[in-house]
Amino acid sequence: MAGAEGDDSLYPIAVLIDELRNEDVQLRLNSIKKLSTIALALGVERTRTELLPFLTDTIYDEDEVLLALAEQLGSFTVLVGGPEFVHCLLPPLESLATVEETVVRDKAVESLRKISQEHSPVDLEVHFVPLVKRLASGDWFTSRTSACGLFGVCYPRVSSTVKAEIRQHFRTLCSDDTPMVRRAASSKLGEFAKVLELDYVKSDIIPLFTALASDEQDSVRLLAVEAGVSIAALLPQEDLEDLVMPTLRQAAEDKSWRVRYMVADKFSELQKAVGPEITKNDLVPAFQNLLKDCEAEVRTAAANKVKVFCESLPEDSRETIIMTHILPCVKELVSDTNQHVKSALASVIMGLSTILGKDNTVEHLLPLFLVQLKDEYPEVRLNIISNLDCVNEVIGIRQLSQSLLPAIVELAEDAKWRVRLAIIEYMPLLAGQLGVEFFDEKLNSLCMAWLIDHVYAIREAATCNLMKLVEKFGAEWAQNTIVPKVLGMANDSNYLHRMTTLFCINALSEVCGQEITTKHMLPVVLKMSTDQVANVRFNVARCLQKIGPVLDSSALQAEVKPVLEKLATDQDMDVKYFALEAISVLALA
Amino acid sequence: MSSGCLFVLRGFLCLIIKDGNLSLFLRLLVPCSSPYEIYLFFNLVCDPADVISTVEFNQTGEFLATGDKGGRVVIFQREPQGEYNVYSTFQSHEPEFDYLKSLEIEEKINKIRWLPPHNPAHFLLSTNDKTVKLWKVSEKDKRAEGYNLRDEEGRLKDLSTITTLQVPVLRPMDLLVEASPRRVFANAHAYHINSISVNSDCETYLSADDLRINLWHLNITDRSFNIVDLKPENMEDLSEVITVAEFHPHHCHLLAFSSSTGTTRLCDMRARALCDQHAKLFEEAVDPSRRSFFSEIVSSVSDVKFSHSGRYLLTRDYLTVKVWDLNMENKPVETYQVHDYLQTKLCSLYESDCIFDKFECTWNGTDSVIMTGAYNNYFRMFDRASLRDVTLEASREVCKRRAVLQPRRVCVGKKRKETDVSVDSLDFRKKILHTAWHPKENIIAIAASNNLYIFQDRLTPNGHHNMPEIQSAPPK
Repeated sequence: MAGAEGDDSLYPIAVLIDELRNEDVQLRLNSIKKLSTIALALGVERTRTELLPFLTDTIYDEDEVLLALAEQLGSFTVLVGGPEFVHCLLPPLESLATVEETVVRDKAVESLRKISQEHSPVDLEVHFVPLVKRLASGDWFTSRTSACGLFGVCYPRVSSTVKAEIRQHFRTLCSDDTPMVRRAASSKLGEFAKVLELDYVKSDIIPLFTALASDEQDSVRLLAVEAGVSIAALLPQEDLEDLVMPTLRQAAEDKSWRVRYMVADKFSELQKAVGPEITKNDLVPAFQNLLKDCEAEVRTAAANKVKVFCESLPEDSRETIIMTHILPCVKELVSDTNQHVKSALASVIMGLSTILGKDNTVEHLLPLFLVQLKDEYPEVRLNIISNLDCVNEVIGIRQLSQSLLPAIVELAEDAKWRVRLAIIEYMPLLAGQLGVEFFDEKLNSLCMAWLIDHVYAIREAATCNLMKLVEKFGAEWAQNTIVPKVLGMANDSNYLHRMTTLFCINALSEVCGQEITTKHMLPVVLKMSTDQVANVRFNVARCLQKIGPVLDSSALQAEVKPVLEKLATDQDMDVKYFALEAISVLALA
Repeated sequence: MSSGCLFVLRGFLCLIIKDGNLSLFLRLLVPCSSPYEIYLFFNLVCDPADVISTVEFNQTGEFLATGDKGGRVVIFQREPQGEYNVYSTFQSHEPEFDYLKSLEIEEKINKIRWLPPHNPAHFLLSTNDKTVKLWKVSEKDKRAEGYNLRDEEGRLKDLSTITTLQVPVLRPMDLLVEASPRRVFANAHAYHINSISVNSDCETYLSADDLRINLWHLNITDRSFNIVDLKPENMEDLSEVITVAEFHPHHCHLLAFSSSTGTTRLCDMRARALCDQHAKLFEEAVDPSRRSFFSEIVSSVSDVKFSHSGRYLLTRDYLTVKVWDLNMENKPVETYQVHDYLQTKLCSLYESDCIFDKFECTWNGTDSVIMTGAYNNYFRMFDRASLRDVTLEASREVCKRRAVLQPRRVCVGKKRKETDVSVDSLDFRKKILHTAWHPKENIIAIAASNNLYIFQDRLTPNGHHNMPEIQSAPPK
């Protein structure tokens, strides 16, 4: 009988084990995800001697199964018997680190890095380091690329002889035949440099960096840029000029735009790493060149960095550098031929006003904002409008409002609905900054016009916008300006517009409060319950459900209940359904 | 080798001159159990789906892949004895229907390109008109055994007999070769894809259609970058289409593409993200006095191949193959006539649409010999050093297993020899469009309709990598 009892508890595990090799990927995946359950049932001994050898050889599976397996094994230490036996996990992870699929390999390396910490220093040298060396000298590039990510975790914890070997292996991989391995080495160079002693950074890493940064493959060179940033951060200031700067200068002028793009993209990190002196002497001219680059992608990346770069300039010379070196380039970019460059610039240019202060902003930046507000591409104008708050703090928005209005009106009527949608989203922000008077005078009519846009997404956004405006300007303003117009649409001949009224009420009832809702909105909603279009009627039911909580109980009982009961007997199925739903939600039954 | 009769075609193909004629010693290796085999033995009407549409050796030459009109890919592996046998066959593409454009999409494989070796598995890209696929061909020689709840025949076990858990164990089994699709790169081409080419950085590749070239990352299927766009604003202004595009073998930033106007352009991807402006334009001025209605059609470039050294470009147009030095744009350094005798036949070739046939061309491993196809199941080889050439025939009648190929001669007018063939008796339905040359050895693969012929230099009989004894230095 004891045996039979055992069956019951064994059965679910037996199913899981069998499903490790089920034909259905999903079942295999489920099983792998519950690998810890299987291991727990087998015990540490059998996990080590049976389960892990089996897993080591099952690397023919689908990527998603292998990915899950690689992840599981990273937290398997307890299940094989603790840190003492953690090295048993190395064989399956080693084979996973050689598969062709990058995500699986990366996950295996991640797990290996994780369990490397659980190795004792002795185990690390006896088990882990030999694995890294095997991978590093593997026949296939897949294993060698994986090795690149493992040097960094074992280096700090091994003896100096092993350290020397590890450095040697890394050097070898940096000059590997295949670009894939050189790329992997290039991308891990910075990380590896961090764990090396400073002397070795100078004697080993710098030559490798220089070599990778002048590799024949563009894709290797561009990864060296990032490594250069990390290395620069490690070196004392006095060594930077000799050891790193020549290479970085060369990268900023590389023949390949992709490398220059990378420099532009990493410019703020670079600036931080090399410090103020080199920034002034080297990076400013380099940045100017990137802003004037012949490739639009590079200019875009550089334009994105304009604000951050200027912000981090040394304070004593910040204004002079911006005014004499950066601003002239920025002025040219404002009339760039490429829309992406202009729109990247438009998204950061407003930020310069806080750095330059009121007078400079009015004199130098304002003309540029105005040009961009009239740009032919909507995205450029939108980016300016979306960042108005920065300027508002410095010079107030009034200076801009003359140009702002035509720009907003044009965007509001743009033929592309996505553009209209984007400008709607900035309306509450604009309203806040321009003030209620300006808004009523100039923008209110736009907001109402969107309610009858022929694209649903715009009408929907417009209702949401009204709600946000009321949150800003208050219920009283709502009652005077927008509620009458919204309610007026209830008599429109187009049923879509009548429905918009209901949607607006849904959105506004809460912010407007009980009084306005009961007094002004509810009668209109109730009247619409006899609309001839079923869609309107069932939206009345939904609307009542929505605004119910705002109303007091007498209004609910006296006015809402009879109407919902009538709708519950409607001929249309959907009307009935929503009416009944509203009755039950509002507990009116 | 007997004395006095020896001539080496730049070290590789061994030719012997007899009575002023060239005879090439090649053996035919018939692939066993291939889908093409049956047609080698029975004179059946050929199924159009079996017509081979592309042939490609992998980087080591150990494998040879063919694609056909039926969307199948067949991979041959070289046996230790030197013969190529079928290794794997799989259906790469299926016929599809584009409902938006109301267009049928053929399953025909337009191009196959092998990826550099990753791991023990082999990877290749195959494409039809619209979709590129990345395939993995891998071997499996182990099988898991031992279920908990079932016996080996799959019958459920009596639950009461289960007292311990059993972990499956792997046992050796017969070798199983599996092909699995790893990536599908779709929806990026409005026109028909004519070329794919893997970059030397091994992480990107290009796909080219009639008007555009796109750049892909091998790991990313939902995004590609357009690097060349020839589509004019108004399609009525269309004056040329892209016929072929290929990456430079070593320089990751260089790519060449050719057009229907007979030009080949070299682009430098370092200079700009969009390569619409070329770095170099290879074009030969046409003698205005020889211009005719057919000039532009016959000058359309049907294939472009970089030499293995990366120094030269080989282009094929309807009547010639040309070798261009990348450093000289205004004229080719070498021009070889493939079938000059067709000059007078262009009118009838136009009527039969033959004039639009796209012949491919190929270099041998050391760039010393050029091969390209012709009509009547003939293919041509040109030795660049000696300027000698030979015409050979790949047909069932002459290619007996292990037979040595005899050179052919096409004559205009009166026959000079018994074996000569008159231009008028050439069969224009039998054409050799697709050829490939082993990257290291003198082994060539020739696709003629539904037949695949693999010939080997007679001097390397056992297929080992022994070079011919007499060899001159490869061109630098």
